Amino acid sequence: MAARSTGALRDAGLSALVALGIFGVMVGLHTSEGEHGLYLEFKPIAAGVLVALVFFGRLLMVTLRERDRREAYREKRRFAEALTRAGVYVAPVLLAFAVLLPFTGDRFYLDLGVLVMTYVMLGWGLNIVVGLAGLLDLGYVAFYAVGAYSYALLSTTPIHIPGFTIEVFGLVIESVGFTFQLGFWTCLPLSGMLAACWGIMLGFPVLRLRGDYLAIVTLAFGEIIRIVITNWVSLTNGPNGISNIPRPTLFGLSFVGGDGPGTFAGFFGLEPSPTYRVVFLYYLIFGLALLTNWVTLRLRRLPLGRAWEALREDEIACRSLGINITVTKLTAFAIGAMFGGFAGAFFATRQAFISPESFTFIESAIVLSIVVLGGMGSQLGTALAALVMIGGLEMLRYGLAVLGEVSQNETFQAIANELPLFRMLIFGLALVIMMVLRPRGLVSGRTPTVALGESREIAAELVAQGRG
Amino acid sequence: MAYALQQLINGITLGMIYGLIAVGYTMVYGIIGMINFAHGDVFMVGSFLSLIALLGLGAMGITYVPLALAITLLFAAAIAALYGWTIERVAYRPLRGSFRLAPLISAIGMSIVLQNFVQVTQGARVKPMAPLIPGGMVVMQEGDFTVQLSWMQIAIVITTLTVLAIFTWLVTRTPLGRSMRACEQDLKMAGLLGIDTDQTISLTFVIGAALAAVAGLMFLLYYGVIDFYIGFVAGVKAFTAAVLGGIGSLPGAVLGGLLIGLIEVFWSAYFSVQYKDVAAFSILAITLIFLPTGILGRVDVEKV
Repeated sequence: MAARSTGALRDAGLSALVALGIFGVMVGLHTSEGEHGLYLEFKPIAAGVLVALVFFGRLLMVTLRERDRREAYREKRRFAEALTRAGVYVAPVLLAFAVLLPFTGDRFYLDLGVLVMTYVMLGWGLNIVVGLAGLLDLGYVAFYAVGAYSYALLSTTPIHIPGFTIEVFGLVIESVGFTFQLGFWTCLPLSGMLAACWGIMLGFPVLRLRGDYLAIVTLAFGEIIRIVITNWVSLTNGPNGISNIPRPTLFGLSFVGGDGPGTFAGFFGLEPSPTYRVVFLYYLIFGLALLTNWVTLRLRRLPLGRAWEALREDEIACRSLGINITVTKLTAFAIGAMFGGFAGAFFATRQAFISPESFTFIESAIVLSIVVLGGMGSQLGTALAALVMIGGLEMLRYGLAVLGEVSQNETFQAIANELPLFRMLIFGLALVIMMVLRPRGLVSGRTPTVALGESREIAAELVAQGRG
Repeated sequence: MAYALQQLINGITLGMIYGLIAVGYTMVYGIIGMINFAHGDVFMVGSFLSLIALLGLGAMGITYVPLALAITLLFAAAIAALYGWTIERVAYRPLRGSFRLAPLISAIGMSIVLQNFVQVTQGARVKPMAPLIPGGMVVMQEGDFTVQLSWMQIAIVITTLTVLAIFTWLVTRTPLGRSMRACEQDLKMAGLLGIDTDQTISLTFVIGAALAAVAGLMFLLYYGVIDFYIGFVAGVKAFTAAVLGGIGSLPGAVLGGLLIGLIEVFWSAYFSVQYKDVAAFSILAITLIFLPTGILGRVDVEKV
């Protein structure tokens, strides 16, 4: 026992030493801007705390690892099964919660709800490509951008049809020229279609590439699209972005302009309030997200969906079994891109302003982390991950800010202000920890889409062995 | 002519930096077949470490430039090597034998972590630094246009070549290099023949990170401004260089780096500065699609 604990201590000490090297310089020495250029500022406490954390963390890890391996595995299985069982109840509860959310009428929750729903939808869209077809797409934001810009450009550019006069068999047909603008509901499918076209266009050249090459190339495509949007000023107005993007309407009823004729409030004789618009936006994205989910669930039952999942597990086997890899990959790209395009159009109409800054690689990384954290391929997992990672962090920030304000405690307020900075750090760490501990996702149970006889939930670790 | 010569000089300098980073990508890919997505960010960390070291040395009164640079180089390389080792140990080693995409996703996570770690600890604003080695020599005069070869560029090229020479010696002449090459050819077989593969892989990461840190120092000296985001674009370009040169091939990485540097500089000079990244990214896509083995790479047969 003594030998073991000295071993653990030595191990932890070594880790602390490494941590000292890593954090000592980067955290302990801060480059600050002074009057004569940069100077170094010492922050020994922050570095010391981190080193101590590493030391005790490692000590704890080493001690815990001494447990029986088999016992640990069994525990892991129990945990997974409990999660899966709970999942059956979680989905309806979440759905009911999502439907009822607008009735709170609180603007903060509504805005947050819209944000979370957007990410849920993006996550589900990307899930088709990454989770089902196993094609790691790091440029998903490109399709989001294509959708947003398609909607913004289509809806803000008036389309002019010139007047004409033609004579057919002495009959004179005359038409006056007219100008019209496309509305949200026309542009929405168009945006999705355009994004899908881009998906196919980008998908074609990368068909032959293997997993990680594919990831890098999609990343490059995402960046190319962003750079082109930034620099093609005559079309996209460059870095200044497009403003005054029209708001969506409900059967022609507008949500802006008080209670005049043709507005939502005016038609139903309600007190005009901006809340209606937010509630409408919320249900709109909720509907779009549910559509994504429904399409995915249905597709999984089609031969196409099964081909996707087979492709994810083993491409060579797929090919040998006569599955058309080209069609399978391209449809995954196109359908995933289409939902990205829908989400993009929604984003544009919600913000009424878009600029290339909203479509950086970070956005792709966030969506990817949501899909990965949710356990690739799991619909419920993706929704939960979006809820926790987007909504949870925002709630935490809000809660801390409120707490700081109420108790006049500056520490809470400082943490609340700093939290957005740490958000991506948490995302990144979550990605790594997730891959190391539970690479198949938190909600790791899976019902096979086809089964001989009884269809039984299985652990996702076994999917690779062909049992799912 | 003079203008082109100036671009050639700039391109070679930039290409050296890319080449140094690309070596790290190509080594790791050669051995464990994964794209170390965080490598570009190790380069970024390296340039921050260099900045901190230079500032610290300045505060301590060591202002003799060659000495300060030498200490900085060793310091940045050592600490960055520690980063490389830790990243491999924490984020990649537990994933050997996990499913296909796991290491790459973990690497992306690590890249995000490094970027935001530096953003949180060192601030999001760009860090400017006064040029350490001012001046240069005039190579050629044509009309109003003077072709300059700055001492800085000479220093960068010489340092890079020295580091690469040491590295080449390490790979071709030492037992460590032999085990690295063995692991690259066949990891499992090397393990069976008694090579400590885990240790070799760790050392690969250590060497790659040290080279990236040298590149980081060069970048800091050359451009004079750094921020936490430089690793992303530089990383993708260096990866492009590795692919272009033939992934897995060390001379290929340097060659690819030079090519990418030249292409980028000439593209900026003669076509458009805004689209210089598009040029590099397009080359990546085009190479992977039409010439997946690169210029000096071997044909890799996928076994079932």
